[in-house]
Amino acid sequence: MFLEIITSSIKFATVFLFGSAGETVTEKSGHLNMGTPGIMCIGAMGSAIGAYIYLSILVKLGIPGQTNAFLAFFFTAFFCLLFAGLAGLLFSFITVTLRCNQNVTGLALTTFGVGLYPFVISFFKKEISLGFSSLSSKYLMHVFPESFYNSNWFTQLFFSYGILVYLAIAVAIGIAIIMKKTRVGLFLRTVGENPAAADAAGISVNRYRYLATIIGSAISGLGGMYYLFDNCSAAFEFVVDSYGWLAVSLVIFTMWNTNIGIAGSFIFAFLYIMPGYLNVPGPEKQIFALIPYFVTVIILVVTSIFNKKLGKAPAGLGQSYFREDR
Amino acid sequence: MEKQQVIELKGITKIFGRIVANHDCNLSLYNGEILSLLGENGSGKTTLMNALAGIYCPDAGDIYVNGEKVRISSPHDAYKYHIGMVHQHFKLVDTFTAVENVVVGLTKKDYEEIAKKDGTKAQGFNLKASANRITEICNKFGFKLNPWQKVNTMSVSEKQTLEIIKALYRGVDILILDEPTAVLTPQEIEKLFDVLRAMKKDGKSIIIITHKLNEVLEISDRVAVLCKGEVAGDILTENATEKILTEMMVGHKVDLNINRMEIPTTGERLIVQDLSLNGRDGRKVLKNINFTVYGSEILGIAGISGSGQKELLETIAGLNRNTQGTIIFHNPKKEQPVTFFHKNIKQIRELAAQGKFHLKGKKEPLSLVGKTNKEITEMVNKEQIIFYEDEIMNLKGKKPIEIRDLGIKLSFVPEDRLGMGLVGSMDLIDNMMLRSFRKGKGGIVHRNKPAALAKELVDELEIKTPSLHTSVKKLSGGNIQKVLVGREISTRPKVLMVAYPVRGLDINSSYMIYNLINKQKEKGSAVIYVGEDLDVILALCDRVLVLRDGEVAGILNCKDTNKNEIGLLMTKKVEERSEENA
Repeated sequence: MFLEIITSSIKFATVFLFGSAGETVTEKSGHLNMGTPGIMCIGAMGSAIGAYIYLSILVKLGIPGQTNAFLAFFFTAFFCLLFAGLAGLLFSFITVTLRCNQNVTGLALTTFGVGLYPFVISFFKKEISLGFSSLSSKYLMHVFPESFYNSNWFTQLFFSYGILVYLAIAVAIGIAIIMKKTRVGLFLRTVGENPAAADAAGISVNRYRYLATIIGSAISGLGGMYYLFDNCSAAFEFVVDSYGWLAVSLVIFTMWNTNIGIAGSFIFAFLYIMPGYLNVPGPEKQIFALIPYFVTVIILVVTSIFNKKLGKAPAGLGQSYFREDR
Repeated sequence: MEKQQVIELKGITKIFGRIVANHDCNLSLYNGEILSLLGENGSGKTTLMNALAGIYCPDAGDIYVNGEKVRISSPHDAYKYHIGMVHQHFKLVDTFTAVENVVVGLTKKDYEEIAKKDGTKAQGFNLKASANRITEICNKFGFKLNPWQKVNTMSVSEKQTLEIIKALYRGVDILILDEPTAVLTPQEIEKLFDVLRAMKKDGKSIIIITHKLNEVLEISDRVAVLCKGEVAGDILTENATEKILTEMMVGHKVDLNINRMEIPTTGERLIVQDLSLNGRDGRKVLKNINFTVYGSEILGIAGISGSGQKELLETIAGLNRNTQGTIIFHNPKKEQPVTFFHKNIKQIRELAAQGKFHLKGKKEPLSLVGKTNKEITEMVNKEQIIFYEDEIMNLKGKKPIEIRDLGIKLSFVPEDRLGMGLVGSMDLIDNMMLRSFRKGKGGIVHRNKPAALAKELVDELEIKTPSLHTSVKKLSGGNIQKVLVGREISTRPKVLMVAYPVRGLDINSSYMIYNLINKQKEKGSAVIYVGEDLDVILALCDRVLVLRDGEVAGILNCKDTNKNEIGLLMTKKVEERSEENA
């Protein structure tokens, strides 16, 4: 049972990891995108649209059911990235070009995304969307064949996941390396810390903010896709938005470091999964179910104090920048 | 060396909303010269230079570099033409190291160009190689800087050095410095000037924006004067005197003397004993401060910025809690009537029982035993109850509001001017009310008196504002400062504390503020003046207290000291320590 708790925590953690890694990229540019929950919904919606298009094409071609692993993954992931990226573009356009308040824009984007998701899903024809769960179980939930990962506890612990889990870890490590080691990372951090300094040094603040927000949003969107197609086996009735908020707070918890984010998202997921496995009868179970929320609050308070002392948050977070402002 | 024109500005105009910052400005710069751009605050010096550095895009006019017409629409463009600017508010990332701050923004192409200029092989993003190059630049021009030091541990002068190196690293030939000496000690200014002279010898052209006349005469080859957004003319420094320059700057003759009135002091007013304050991180910000301020005296406080000036004033005003030591206030109540301003009937009865009062016109102590509250109220209102002696009270443990009501006013002018004391988005009248909002009945505030006060200040101090209902943040810096200082002075303080009251003010307004402070002294107030310009402190104050790292480094009489002595007191310990480290 212990193994099961760990593996399902890892699966669940991937939602948080994508969400927080994407938000970290965005926040490093000085954009506080409160629209992440909405963007994750839009990402999930995009992946569903991608899967729907793919299945529809197969129906049109007269070969329904002859699915292909690469194309299935390509269509879902591509449309997920496309739609989530477009949401990021919308956020950047409103905050950078139209100079609106970031918090208000973000919250509006969340409301928009959460509402758009069921609306778009409702247009899907039933007979085609039935194929979603087979796509999910066939290609997205496991990379390795069952005979391999079910052989012993070690392979179960490390190789029983879908491709997105491994991708999430790779993305998180990649972001951390880019931020720390490369020129682009240094420039992006400068834009987030002190946009005026970046501008004076000849960096185009607007371009960096646009790109970071679009890429960050696309990564967050993958969290929505993972949640829909891997975690929930393509069941539409579960909406990802509440986990989006946790992804946003996870960014603070991880002190804007996606390496810590890998461990942090596991801890968050573990706290969520655990009460379900505890053998507590009756109303006490409800209290146990509250524990993760309490722990989350406490962790956030503690890390916020540390963050303030260490100055880890990008100093320009949430501030708009216009060069000719007086 | 033949003089060559490297920069020419023709007809530059820049308009912000309804304010014309620059109008038809023409300016030229030759190679290997130091040009001073002189002008009052708000005369458009910084705006004009920002247009050259690519921060602002001029609305009209052309820029020529080496005779070629160019368009500079971003700081990156400016670097392309080898123009670099050190802004007054440094554009550095605090959490980065020096070398990271230098290489930020450099693209592959930039590295190649730098290497071509140096005659070395191009290097990519390589912090170690960049650090070596920084050390080379340091050695060439006589700077001192550790490339691996984080910016938030640097002193102001080190940050400025870093900004200059950042520009030199990019191979600039034309360096613009915006008010470079505003935050430096006399010794640091000397060092900076040496560096500038070395750069000039290297063939670089330098523009210094400043409003300090003595520096202009010391360092520059030529002076261009801006007045109200227009170039009033330029003059070779050898032909210039302070008087000529001032007249060009202001447009009319001004009297540039601070009249220090020699009037006898009126007894001890504020005694600070063994005052210590622990900062947030547990470090001591103030250490065993001892001093006394007298009535009708101006005590100057000098020190490198961040030596505890702000904390000292805030502590006296009651804003800090973690303090040790005592602050004794002598309320000048001798032969003055008691009022209900900060005493209630109960307190008056207690004081009367201690024999502190006498009746007007009589000598023997007054007893209030047996009198009803109504009778006492009437007597107080008729100003019949008189103090024998000055009231002596300990300020420690009193709330900021109580301290302020005693007549100890803090007029703190912080760096961003609007940070403390004024609310930027409120209008003049509302800002006046910040000091009187507790008066009025039943939650309804009185607006008439603040409105009258605002009008009085606008007329008296020549505050330029479209109306009394304009939000304060829309005024220029100097006018904002006049509003703040004027409001505090209008309450007739017994102790007036002002910090940097003329920061960013033009000459006329500065002297108006000095006069206001002098008037307070004349009226018997004790004034504590925290300032940066040592010349002003020496001319205005009676005594000067030098703070160094939160300690009193010395209290000098302004008449028998000079700038160098104060400067040495300000920095001595710092230099000793840095030598130890080396």
